[in-house]
Amino acid sequence: MQRQEKGQESKQISLLWAMFASCFKIGLFTFGGGFAMIPLMEKEFVENKGWISKHKFMSTISAVQSIPGAVAINLSIFLGYNIAGISGAIFTALGVALPSFIVILLIAIGFYGFSEYPLVINAFRGIRPAVVALIIFAGYRLSKNIDWSFKLVIAFVLSLILTGFFGINPVWPILTAILIAFLYHFAQAKKEREEQQETTSA
Amino acid sequence: MILLNLYLAFFKIGLFGFGGGYVMIPLIQQEIIRNGWLSLETFLDIIAISQMTPGPIAINSGTFIGYQAAGFAGALVATIGVVTPSFILVIALSKLIKKMRQLGYLESLLLFLKPVVVGLIIAAAYNIGQTAIIDYTSIIISAAVFLILWKYKTRVHPIFLIIAAGVAGMIFY
Repeated sequence: MQRQEKGQESKQISLLWAMFASCFKIGLFTFGGGFAMIPLMEKEFVENKGWISKHKFMSTISAVQSIPGAVAINLSIFLGYNIAGISGAIFTALGVALPSFIVILLIAIGFYGFSEYPLVINAFRGIRPAVVALIIFAGYRLSKNIDWSFKLVIAFVLSLILTGFFGINPVWPILTAILIAFLYHFAQAKKEREEQQETTSA
Repeated sequence: MILLNLYLAFFKIGLFGFGGGYVMIPLIQQEIIRNGWLSLETFLDIIAISQMTPGPIAINSGTFIGYQAAGFAGALVATIGVVTPSFILVIALSKLIKKMRQLGYLESLLLFLKPVVVGLIIAAAYNIGQTAIIDYTSIIISAAVFLILWKYKTRVHPIFLIIAAGVAGMIFY
């Protein structure tokens, strides 16, 4: 009886480490945006290792995008949790986060030393405006996905002015949007129910 | 105390970062301005570095800024701070999310969040741009990068643009 339990335990532990290793590999090779990680995770978790079914994997993708935080982290936690509970979540998240933690730490340690060189200083003077353009472009791309209506334009303008010119903390517009979405949704649902009642009584 | 501040600040950043990636920038910027851990120029540098290194910008910023503020412990604490909300929310909501999706609540949420996030991102770019776009060379670089992105959309990886901009910086400065 005890041998069975021990066998189970070591199987669980090797699963955890295997997930950690997979996530570490994936984390190491995904540069820039976390969305690139999704197909890699699918290949590894669904096809290579068979830890989760494709159907279940697909349903986590959309779920994960509606939770705040980095998509890569959310996805790894979701998968880890689904496969092996909280320990699973910890091992997968650790796997994904560790490569960037180590790399950035090394860069941070060397940063001020190596940023003394005039060549490096000038390189970054060129890089910064490029980054600003990247940020603006990201905003522009997001805006193209939106079906602009009057109220949405107001939301945009308000959050732009409040945070851009009045220095209001961005969390306030976000919280307000969440609250308004909540109220709006329930107002819509109520209207739909009333309309349904009208048509059934007529 | 500084470790606690770092943790709480990055916890907030992780908690309100809906939509991934660039939405973190205004949130992180706010905390940088409030706490003065590093200059806005250096923040731009870390965004650039983040495009060229593994990992999401949330973690990269957490590690880097945490290190600037309080060494290794700071890096650790900030990074843990930014992932904690994800842990809590994913685990707590995993059952709830399916129900919310059925109710269509998530659609309403994203509907209102998207324009707000665009506003926040543009505002952040405006504020941070003032430290970076300060002479003709930087205006030209910025405009060139934007035009290239506009023309080629996602077909060009930011890494190339950043490297090209760095080279341009070395040449023209």
